[in-house]
Amino acid sequence: MTSKSKTLLAPLALPAPERLSQAWRLRLKALALPLLIILILEFVVRIGWLPSYQMPAPSEIALTLRDLAEGALWKHIGASLLRVLSGFAIGATLALLFAAWVGLSREAEAWLEPTFAGLRSIPSLAWVPLLLLWLGIDETSKVVLIAIGAFFPVYLNGVAAIRNIDRKLVEVGQMYGFSRPRLIRRILLPAALPGLFTGLRSGMSLAWMFLVAAELIAATKGLGYLLSDGRETSRPDIVLAAIIVLALLGKLSDGLLASLEKRFLAWRDTFNGQSAGDEP
Amino acid sequence: MTEHLLDIHVERKTFAATTVLNNIHLQLKPRETVSLLGPSGCGKSTLLRIVAGLERDFQGTLRSRAGKIAFVFQEPRLMPWLTVEQNIGFSADNHYDKAWVAQLIEEVGLGGFAQALPKALSGGMAQRVAIARGLYSRPQVLLLDEPFSAVDAFTRMKLQDLLLQLAQRHAIALLLVTHDVDEALYLSDRVLVMDNRPSSIREELAVPLPHPRDRRDPLLAQLKARSLTELQRAHVI
Repeated sequence: MTSKSKTLLAPLALPAPERLSQAWRLRLKALALPLLIILILEFVVRIGWLPSYQMPAPSEIALTLRDLAEGALWKHIGASLLRVLSGFAIGATLALLFAAWVGLSREAEAWLEPTFAGLRSIPSLAWVPLLLLWLGIDETSKVVLIAIGAFFPVYLNGVAAIRNIDRKLVEVGQMYGFSRPRLIRRILLPAALPGLFTGLRSGMSLAWMFLVAAELIAATKGLGYLLSDGRETSRPDIVLAAIIVLALLGKLSDGLLASLEKRFLAWRDTFNGQSAGDEP
Repeated sequence: MTEHLLDIHVERKTFAATTVLNNIHLQLKPRETVSLLGPSGCGKSTLLRIVAGLERDFQGTLRSRAGKIAFVFQEPRLMPWLTVEQNIGFSADNHYDKAWVAQLIEEVGLGGFAQALPKALSGGMAQRVAIARGLYSRPQVLLLDEPFSAVDAFTRMKLQDLLLQLAQRHAIALLLVTHDVDEALYLSDRVLVMDNRPSSIREELAVPLPHPRDRRDPLLAQLKARSLTELQRAHVI
């Protein structure tokens, strides 16, 4: 193959129906294992190997979900979503600002990095009692806890992303006499984007984790409240329903970030799990 | 006498305790092609970086009458998130001159690849883009740091011819660093054989052949023998 005959649009060159069926085949593969587990569970509970007051059958959980969906579920989802999003927004924004500052300036690194390293070594849940004492048990303490949880992965990945930028690309900008803001806009920011996305995604997943922690401790609504309510009333079906909703929401928010990542980082030349010869 | 575009005198350039360059005079006339020939690590790239203004910490003088100087690196160093077109016009942000970029794409033989991303290019194609990016600012001097050392021998010959063609068409003087004796002799009007550390210019070889040249020209073979002798005396090979 000569270099010029290299196809640039390889994935698009396939006929559309074939691509579609391939996508569906992938989706079916992804669903196979969960479906199998659900079927086995249903069977095992129905024939009485597992007591249903401990492990409700999947069909029963589905019914509980439906009942909840007609009542209070949306209130709980709304409350949790608002907390996660505001906490994540605050934590991630601060983290990006500090990451840019520390990543771009050795002076800032010398002043700030040791402090952040110290704070990072505190398990974030250790903040809970203090936050409750200072901020009370209402929304503020929950949002702050989620923001703390989201801060560190975003900050760490952000600094690493900036420090991992290829010096050779930066030199191209210096060659053209770029000013610092222009260097940041034209080279540093786009080059750091892959690492920033990694940080944002892991920050988002930690935000969900800390949401549950915050709501388990003290809340009157939210999915974490639903979890502890299910435990107190001995309703494992409610607990499992809440877990399923949490999984769906977590997946949804991560999928949103992933699709943004795919859109902005289409230029990356990365390994996709297949050798070039496997490509159709 | 023609005015020199570049007149460089490096008295001394040191990295920590080691002297890398020692007493080097180098002049470049308009439209002239000059090669610095020497082994890797002899300081020729450092000399080029001094000329480019990337390295300011040295003892000596740098006089330039050239309006614009452009640099082509050893690797293409394209921005992977920009298309070929945007990479070529990189120095002008997003307000690049589309017509000029399109012309350069044609001239380096990449017609139809304007919207391709660097990941879709072969090494030789990427280096063509890098050359086009160097030409975008309409420089009078193009500095090249071992520009073809990472591509295969056949691609290298093609790219050498392309470079000469472009230099002639746009009236550009070339200052080239290379460790390839054939490349230096084939491209240049003058070849400066460098000494090993601390480097200075050991010998200047004129190549009095018109372009286009024949790679099999006996004079090239003769000059190659001479430069190899010099390199051997310098304990380079």
